[in-house]
Amino acid sequence: MSLRRSLRSWLDERFGWDALIAPLRKKTVPLHRFSYWYFLGGITLFLFIIQVFTGILLLLYYRPGASEAFESVQYIITRVQFGWLIRSIHSWSANLMIFTAFAHMFSVLFFKAYRKPRELTWVSGVILLFLVMGFGFSGYLLPWNTLAFFATKVGTEITGQVPVVGRPLMIFLRGGEEVTGATLMRFFGFHVAVLPGLATFLILVHVLLVQRLGISVPPKLEAEWEANPSQKREMKFFPNFMLRELMAWYVALGVLGALAAIFPWNLGVKADPFVSAPAGMKPEWYFLFMFQTLKLIPPKVWFIDGEVLGVVVFGLIALLWLFLPFFGRNHPSRSKQWITAIGIFALAYMAGMTIYGHFAQ
Amino acid sequence: MATSRSDGRLSLGELVSCLILWAAVAYGQSKNSCLDCHSNLPEPLGVSQEKFSQDIHAQKGLTCASCHGGDPTSDDPDKAMSRKAGWKGKIDRKQIPQLCGTCHSDAAYIREFNPSLRTDQLSQYGTSVHGKRLAAGDTKVAVCTDCHGVHDLREPNDSRSTVNPVNVANTCARCHADASYMSEYKIPTNQFAEYGKSVHHDALVVRGDLGAPTCPTCHGNHGATPPGFASVANVCSTCHVFQAQLFDSSSHREAFASAGLPGCVTCHSNHGILHPTDDLIGTDDKAVCTQCHTEGDTGFAAAGKMKQHLVQLATSIDNADQILGRAERSGMEVSQAQLDLAQTRDTLTKARVTVHSFNVARMESDIKPGLEAAGKDYDAGNRAMAERNYRRVGLGASLVAIALVLVGLRLYLKRIEG
Repeated sequence: MSLRRSLRSWLDERFGWDALIAPLRKKTVPLHRFSYWYFLGGITLFLFIIQVFTGILLLLYYRPGASEAFESVQYIITRVQFGWLIRSIHSWSANLMIFTAFAHMFSVLFFKAYRKPRELTWVSGVILLFLVMGFGFSGYLLPWNTLAFFATKVGTEITGQVPVVGRPLMIFLRGGEEVTGATLMRFFGFHVAVLPGLATFLILVHVLLVQRLGISVPPKLEAEWEANPSQKREMKFFPNFMLRELMAWYVALGVLGALAAIFPWNLGVKADPFVSAPAGMKPEWYFLFMFQTLKLIPPKVWFIDGEVLGVVVFGLIALLWLFLPFFGRNHPSRSKQWITAIGIFALAYMAGMTIYGHFAQ
Repeated sequence: MATSRSDGRLSLGELVSCLILWAAVAYGQSKNSCLDCHSNLPEPLGVSQEKFSQDIHAQKGLTCASCHGGDPTSDDPDKAMSRKAGWKGKIDRKQIPQLCGTCHSDAAYIREFNPSLRTDQLSQYGTSVHGKRLAAGDTKVAVCTDCHGVHDLREPNDSRSTVNPVNVANTCARCHADASYMSEYKIPTNQFAEYGKSVHHDALVVRGDLGAPTCPTCHGNHGATPPGFASVANVCSTCHVFQAQLFDSSSHREAFASAGLPGCVTCHSNHGILHPTDDLIGTDDKAVCTQCHTEGDTGFAAAGKMKQHLVQLATSIDNADQILGRAERSGMEVSQAQLDLAQTRDTLTKARVTVHSFNVARMESDIKPGLEAAGKDYDAGNRAMAERNYRRVGLGASLVAIALVLVGLRLYLKRIEG
């Protein structure tokens, strides 16, 4: 008996291994011309795993605190063997993960994969997207450089605009009235403990829901397959789809390595709270569409403060987005049309505002 | 009702009467009938309320009568401008310094307004070329009001003041750049044009460094006079301390004195001092050394050697700067090396100062550590570029490995899917 078989029988005797993995053996993935979009969720998961591993390695040398953070990152990228690579991959992977998470969300939206019975898969996914943006916001401050310092100052100020809870929330995030070493400690805590814990739990829920409910097929195709079952095509998850997903992960790894080696992530200049903010400061690209919108809103809209209005509207949109699958369930065909229209508008608006914000002075 | 009370308190009627009396006295005291008429008169007699309110004297509570005398509380011009009331009329130019000095030389009086303001302006003025010529009867020379203005006189630290550091050269130029006005004095009138091209003007006006020199910095203000032949170096040394010390201890001091050459300005000029470059030294046509030294003498050889050292260090720093810049643009972390290079640049600055010792050996003691430091900075840049290349080779190898795995997976999928 080979080692593999004996190990399997050992596990089976104790945990009922064969019964446990039986559903995975039967699991299939719909095969059609849009099947490539199914890779996006897996790539996002792969990038999250990379974040966890590189994050743990960075933790070996990173020291939180206003007087040590910048120097410790500088030490990592100049003195630690392959420290530059780990830090650069961590930064690039964070950005790619946010990009693939957005792409995954829009693919789910346009293929109507959120519809019954997958509403909770959508809800958990959107919360994960918000958490990923939270990772980006909290991690951006950790090197304690000038851009990060002022971006956090502006970002937490915007949080402070939320009616009623805004100011206490801002003080909670900052650990006081101003962005200081206390803010850095809090953001470090959120970034390495709170957010990873929540994200890991939600990823488990999200993946379990996908396993339990299966992979969605676009409605038009589903109708065709129902009308003519002979047209239905599927691929086994193990090993066929998994090996293809593995290929996608390798491609992502290659892209990450190339970005990290050719464009190492810049460290910038150490934050100095006593200097004025650099001219033309902008947040990271994934917050740029919101930042640019807030800049374009007039200071007063009727009697409401423009910035407050912007923050409230964005908050409401996020809330509606979270519960999108629960709207228009009584008229599925009509709701499909307007949700597609909203999705196209949202994508165009976000892309347009991001490009405008990038080039605006 | 309105009777005095035995408890010593005033009745309402008494209080109102007191207020009316106080208001009348206050009105009479603050009334300035001069402006009632003069604000409607054309120049040069016209002085508007708005203009006079900008004047530092008006802001401190002084009135027209403080300088011109008379009775500003009277609406009758004959009474207001009567000699009996002390009216002086237009102040004679010759009398202006004395009139201003009445207050500005009175330390006790000035202290009430500005304890830090000097009170030696009048005595300084008496020592100036302007003051001496005025005493000799020349009324064309500058008096207080020519530079400070009149009726809208502002404090020197006010950017609109005619004697503010940024404006004072223009104020001096009003006379000193006017060739026809200055013709009888037989002095050049190109100082302002020359100064406009100088490194000092650039520092003051372009870079906004208010500590940079302008006319009064070298010539004095109230005691304005051209620095004497022997004192030129002393004027420059108030800012350029090290250069002056090195020059004083050099062989050039005696040589310049015996040749009748006036120190610093011999090489650097006076009003049109350009930003010094390494071209000033050496043995080619642009170098000032060749004005005195000729091929074959020791000074000529020393000038050539010093130029060679400066060029060598400057070139080494430029090379290090270029390679570090390339490494930085490639995303390499070279901030420490760039910081070190900034310190190396300081050694070049120090060597350029040491030029004023005209001592090759002394200069070499500055150049040598600079060259060593520049070499280390260049090596740091080289290492960063080597590291960049190593990363790219590593990336290439990794991408090849990834491509091979992808091909392998594709072939395996093809085999199992038949």
